[in-house]
Amino acid sequence: MKDMLLQVEPLIPALRRYARALVRNRAAADDLVQDCLERAVSRWQQRGDGSVRAWLFAILHNLAVDQFRKNAARGRHVTIDETSEGHFGEAASQEHRVMYQDVLNKLAKLPEEQRTVLLLVAVEDLSYADAAKVLRVPVGTVMSRLSRARERLQQEIEGVTGTSGNVVPLRSMK
Amino acid sequence: MNHRPITEDDLHAYVDGALEPERRTEVAAYLDEHPDVAKRIGAFTDQREALRAALAPIADEPLPAELILSRIIEQRARRPSMVRWAMAAMLFLSIGGLGGWTMRGELQTSPEGLVALAQEANASYNVYAPDRVRPVEVRASDSAELVQWVSDRLHHQVKVPDLATSGYRLMGGRLVATQHGPAAMFMYDDDHGSRLVVMTRPMSSVDQNAPMTPQSQGDVAGFAWADDGLGYSLVGHAAPEALRPIANEVRKQARQI
Repeated sequence: MKDMLLQVEPLIPALRRYARALVRNRAAADDLVQDCLERAVSRWQQRGDGSVRAWLFAILHNLAVDQFRKNAARGRHVTIDETSEGHFGEAASQEHRVMYQDVLNKLAKLPEEQRTVLLLVAVEDLSYADAAKVLRVPVGTVMSRLSRARERLQQEIEGVTGTSGNVVPLRSMK
Repeated sequence: MNHRPITEDDLHAYVDGALEPERRTEVAAYLDEHPDVAKRIGAFTDQREALRAALAPIADEPLPAELILSRIIEQRARRPSMVRWAMAAMLFLSIGGLGGWTMRGELQTSPEGLVALAQEANASYNVYAPDRVRPVEVRASDSAELVQWVSDRLHHQVKVPDLATSGYRLMGGRLVATQHGPAAMFMYDDDHGSRLVVMTRPMSSVDQNAPMTPQSQGDVAGFAWADDGLGYSLVGHAAPEALRPIANEVRKQARQI
């Protein structure tokens, strides 16, 4: 039990951040994290040898994706917090909000499979191998999704219009 | 100079700081020679920094009580049978309900506590929520009168939850009869015809204090819990995961009395 507290507790802030970045609604995100932690507590003995970080993110990710699919199937969607407090919390300054709201809005335009990989790798510092485990895809798929995600986000940032569906990245190599 | 060609994967690993020092040096040298690629990689590095900075404050927020791990562990240890029951119920519902009936006899031995409360709320929801003529007896415009009335009958100070932030508007409420005495029922509407019911009543001896548990029946989802002798149940035609934050909100407001 103590072992679990020591290993899981420090990761809760990161789990909240990932959930909030995905669902963009504070209450719904914390709810997912609560479910994730309840599962983690009940399945602690079955976690296997891999990294606890990857294991927890996998539980959370699967809950989030299940919810997206259910909501989509039932024609429901979680309300996106209109105010930036939903993303940043009270701690963030006004200046901070204005500055970073934009990049999050652009991230939100990416397809789910691109957003998730970018968040896991670039924000949550999962290794490519751990991200592959969380997403249940081969590492090669992680790399190609990551590449597409970055190209697409860059197009959003640079204001390239007219390509809303499949974006063919301009690859200068490979 | 380069023994292995620099690949797209190397460039991303460079952005993410995932390369061995030697390979990192090789990639850096390659970027020096290819300013167009360096520009693109620089933009990816900027993206990474912007995302991290934008999301960093979330991790600094104080944890809400629901996410305190020691509390989650403690609740599970204290109420193992309830947790297992809830998990079994969710599992059977997700399978399709058929399996759930095989456990029906076992689970339905004279419901008490939260299970009884949830069933009563479900019954009230099924009767009153579809009612187009008079779903509530006292309208929201007379909510002061409503609160006075139900508080008197329940012998408890009852507060009407405000669910405006969740997109639900109070329609009003009424007193309903249950096996365990009078209960207050409040009904909400999201202006698109979707209705929710919050029911509260004093708990008998069982479950004076109980953590929030899912209590779905058929396609009516619900959550029930009890604080200091007052039981609460939220039910509605919605996905349990959509209802849960609303239930958390009701609980939060009730605790502020």
